[in-house]
Amino acid sequence: MGFDIDNYFAEKSDGNALLFYKGDINPDLINHVLDTVEEKLIKVNENSKLRKKVYNVLVESLQNLYHHVERVPEEFEDQSSEKFGILSVNKVTDGYKIMTGNFVRNDLALSLRERLQKINQSSHEEITELYKYILNHQRISSKGGGGLGLVDIARKTGNKLDYSFKDYNEEFCFFFLNILVGEKTDSN
Amino acid sequence: MEPIIIEGTPKTPTVRFDTKEGVFEIKGRSIPENSVEFYKPLVDWLNKYKQEPLPKTVVSIRLEYFNTSSSKCILDVFKQLEAIHKAKNEVEVNWYYEEDDEDMLEAGEDYESIIRVPFKMIEIVE
Repeated sequence: MGFDIDNYFAEKSDGNALLFYKGDINPDLINHVLDTVEEKLIKVNENSKLRKKVYNVLVESLQNLYHHVERVPEEFEDQSSEKFGILSVNKVTDGYKIMTGNFVRNDLALSLRERLQKINQSSHEEITELYKYILNHQRISSKGGGGLGLVDIARKTGNKLDYSFKDYNEEFCFFFLNILVGEKTDSN
Repeated sequence: MEPIIIEGTPKTPTVRFDTKEGVFEIKGRSIPENSVEFYKPLVDWLNKYKQEPLPKTVVSIRLEYFNTSSSKCILDVFKQLEAIHKAKNEVEVNWYYEEDDEDMLEAGEDYESIIRVPFKMIEIVE
């Protein structure tokens, strides 16, 4: 049995936490998280440009979890969550950090890794073209995703996607995505 | 044709497709988990409307947020408009974006580059 998810998440966290959640990812939870974070950003008078970016990226991150997470492994502590995920939103010096984590089947991890590598190797212009290509050519999958979520996150943040896959057991690994949302710089 | 009037919710936009008023509008937030379910009736309505469209169809898209799964459905809406335009009818899309929202402007430009219909980008100044 694999590594400690909570510890890993705690180690990667920095800045001030706006929100932390661990458990079942469902539409009600998504509404609650979006409302909570939006209220907090308005309360601290965050500028509307950054606020909108954080909101947009949060929508995609949450819906990525919702559409793609797997049923939890049998030996995992939380068996009540149909779609288990972990999420945090932190304020850091240069913006906001959104971290998500979810189980991915080992046989699907390779293609996910390839997609992430492809996105990270692309320039901003290439990402825009990739976005338009997928928008125009790929249908919405049976899982409900459009295959655009990660591309959209990379495009809106202008940052490389920081991710890792941690071995869990023979069938699953745990996938972490660590997204920095700041004021987009034109250099990227 | 019977109009489509849908009140907005925190996750779905306000929709008014009304031939009598000459108003075609999608406005608000479009971030549902299942966007196909929401947009299918709109696409079907336009599919019927295109048999006998108004001499000029003006569609206003005024969204604050939309998720990537809505983005594909909005493209399906635009594809219906493209067919109306192709059949030699006047069609215009008004794409609204707030002055600091470059992402929304870029999203409009994405559609403009894919769909052969005249787009007008309109900045909302508060």
